[in-house]
Amino acid sequence: MDLHFGDSKPTDDERAAVDALLGPPESSWEGAARDEMQAADLRWARGGRAARDRRDLLLPGLHAINDRIGWISDGALDYLCRRLTVPPAEAYGVATFYAMFSVKPRPATVLHVCTDLACTAAGASDLCAGIEARLGPGSGVHVERSPCLGLCERAPAALAIKAGEPVRTAVSAPATVHEAVLAASAPDSAREEPPAALAVPQAGEEELVLLRRVGVVDPSSLDDYRAHGGYTALRRAFELGPAGVIREVTDSGLVGRGGAAFPTGRKWQATASQPDHPHYLVCNADESEPGTFKDRVLMEGDPYALVEAMTIAGYATGAHRGFLYLRGEYPRALRRLEHAITRARARGFLGEDVLGQGYAFDIEIRRGAGAYICGEETALFNSIEGYRGEPRAKPPFPVEKGLFGKPTVENNVETLVNVLPILTMGAPAYAAIGTERSTGPKLFCVSGSVDRPGVYELPFGATLGELLAKAGVRERLRAVLLGGAAGGFVRPDELDIPLTFEGTREAGTTLGSGVVMAFDDTVPLPQLLLRIAEFFRDESCGQCVPCRVGTVRQEEALHRIAERTGAAAAEDIALLREVGRAMRDASICGLGQTAWNAVESAIDRLGAYK
Amino acid sequence: MTVTPLGIPRRLLEFTIDGEPVRAPEGSTILDACRAAGKDVPTLCQGDTLTPKNACRVCVVEVEGSRTLVPACSRKAEPGMEVRTGTERARHSRKIVLELLASSVDLSTTPKVADWIKEYEAKPDRFGPDAARLDEEPRVDNDLYVRDYDKCILCYKCVDACGDQWQNTFAISVVGRGFDARIAVEHDAALTDSACVYCGNCIEVCPTGALSFKSEFDMRAAGTWQESEQTETTTVCAYCGVGCNLTLHVQDNEIVKVTSPHDNPVTHGNLCIKGRFGYQHVQNRD
Repeated sequence: MDLHFGDSKPTDDERAAVDALLGPPESSWEGAARDEMQAADLRWARGGRAARDRRDLLLPGLHAINDRIGWISDGALDYLCRRLTVPPAEAYGVATFYAMFSVKPRPATVLHVCTDLACTAAGASDLCAGIEARLGPGSGVHVERSPCLGLCERAPAALAIKAGEPVRTAVSAPATVHEAVLAASAPDSAREEPPAALAVPQAGEEELVLLRRVGVVDPSSLDDYRAHGGYTALRRAFELGPAGVIREVTDSGLVGRGGAAFPTGRKWQATASQPDHPHYLVCNADESEPGTFKDRVLMEGDPYALVEAMTIAGYATGAHRGFLYLRGEYPRALRRLEHAITRARARGFLGEDVLGQGYAFDIEIRRGAGAYICGEETALFNSIEGYRGEPRAKPPFPVEKGLFGKPTVENNVETLVNVLPILTMGAPAYAAIGTERSTGPKLFCVSGSVDRPGVYELPFGATLGELLAKAGVRERLRAVLLGGAAGGFVRPDELDIPLTFEGTREAGTTLGSGVVMAFDDTVPLPQLLLRIAEFFRDESCGQCVPCRVGTVRQEEALHRIAERTGAAAAEDIALLREVGRAMRDASICGLGQTAWNAVESAIDRLGAYK
Repeated sequence: MTVTPLGIPRRLLEFTIDGEPVRAPEGSTILDACRAAGKDVPTLCQGDTLTPKNACRVCVVEVEGSRTLVPACSRKAEPGMEVRTGTERARHSRKIVLELLASSVDLSTTPKVADWIKEYEAKPDRFGPDAARLDEEPRVDNDLYVRDYDKCILCYKCVDACGDQWQNTFAISVVGRGFDARIAVEHDAALTDSACVYCGNCIEVCPTGALSFKSEFDMRAAGTWQESEQTETTTVCAYCGVGCNLTLHVQDNEIVKVTSPHDNPVTHGNLCIKGRFGYQHVQNRD
């Protein structure tokens, strides 16, 4: 590799931001002062292969610059590339992939205003217009219309990020023009976010399993976590041994909660039995499906549970390093988990010798930077490794060749947290919850036209109607979106659908990640569908043709028929169907394959455009 | 005589293509087997000297038991596989992919694509006159080659040829995301400010003519490019001792572009700047 750099130089701040992450440069090739070094040092990067092996620090490096300055200049990018021996063209390709980074100058403060489904229904367009009118040009705040921020229970939502040392963030939700502007102009003095438990209307109820500690324990206290049953599951795991843990998880019938519903025990077994080493554990906390916020609530309300669950998963599958890929838009979850991991490490719950059992395990947090596609398991690997977050072709599957090309088990936050009750109550007792084919408790993210939006925990098998009744669904219900933007709409007369994987499948829809979004008749359906199409157009990684161009053509068609019905829309609906079918059949990954689902269901089930 | 390494003997896998039993060596792709069996499967991002990114999805086929269609260029053949190449489902996806590409990209210099559009009855116009296109201007920033990204289907072949599959220069990358993704050097600068070494191996693999010799680009613009009147002569590069093969494309007694045979066991179609672009002395008649 023959790296070539331009003449752009980093500013002192940019250099400091990168050095804070990577340590001071060793040779003048990397940017150290010449006089301290011998002349020979000018000619090569001392790092060599060792530096290239740190390619996975590219994304954290970009974050470091963006956090300090607010955008990534040519000089800063080149300096980071020198330090990591990464070709600048590739790093530029990575930096331009993520929505939260900018390679053009912009103000230090960026205010992300959510304009996604739940927030639009709660008046996000007026909010956005109001904020822009109030701030005006020269305000030092860049207003960015954002996809779902995962704050749907408090819609409309805004997230302010003010670059500096340290970076400051403030969430305003439910946001008013005044509060959002205040959060952006003075993040430090913005009103404190309400506790995570406010997103759990059932908080404190006896029968809760997954949410039982949210709002009950102090999320910063390891002792409090232990006083509420924390780390009993890990002790049980050490008693059972890795094979025993996998047996319990398999017997419990646990399947992945991220949307694909793959049996967790089988995934763990397949990874554990791979001869290639090391094995890795990845927790997918890149919760970006519009309408989903359960993982955020779990991580903010009960962060140690995830740390414990990851330790168990690592132990069972023979991994000694776990990566927690956390959504970039979740600053509070990041703080809580950073704190929890540090505390757990200090107390011997992570590290060289976990609980004195001779098992070494540690967790590293990696932040996403605004890309829905990185929730796809293989795109997430590429993102961690410092490449563009584009999905890989499967096979080979992650259990065989995953992160860094090694056997990897990747689970969603909710899936992992389910492992704790499986071990503490035993597989048979866990499997007794729910239905025969969908076992255990399930979290649902209820938002939209309901009186008590939030995360609900119900055993599998409750009906959609029961869930909506709990959440206080309002009058004049027009449609319910199940599973988020990649899911499907159902009608108000279909509320007896049982909320199980098999039940929703029989009803021709999907449970997905557990999104239940209710819409009344005040929201025009074509506008919702257009927003969904816009979302997929924006979030397509661009790798394969059916998705890259198909999502654009679908959005164009939905624009054309936004005001049309019946015969006037028929031709475009036929076009949508044909393109949608090819996207479902021929796209590389789940994003393209499911991008047309919700719109199709609205046409077929709700009679949109009739 | 060139000695082609035979490698270790490979097991033959038995499976079926369109109901007919076929045998292919272990490690072959479905596409290899299809071509060996004389089945025509269209391809764009697949190249004979590269591992394909399987991004274009025009080669999709049906495989029994697979939920989605699979890319023939990348999926390895497995024993017992039942492959169907010409089903309505596969043809539908190919047709839509051709329509999506032809409605957004200038495919005027892409070989074979006009025939495929006819064969699959693709109608790129049906997305209407307002359908978004790439709308890129040709980038002419050096004397050797032109990057006309209005013709780019984002097959990743140039990136792979420039990067770890051949040249290891890493001068270009895909930048941006989704429909706005493009091939660019760092900071979207001019080629002359990049790490490009002008080996032209990206031109060699470009399937659409988005990358072309400046001479070809200028002649096409002037309307004097006549492929039917060109002769191709394969010779040996005289610059260094490696002895790469050059194929000189000559029109009106002038060299108009240089390629290299892909089946050369040493260079696989790759050249350096001298072999690719340093031919002016041949036609210096003074």
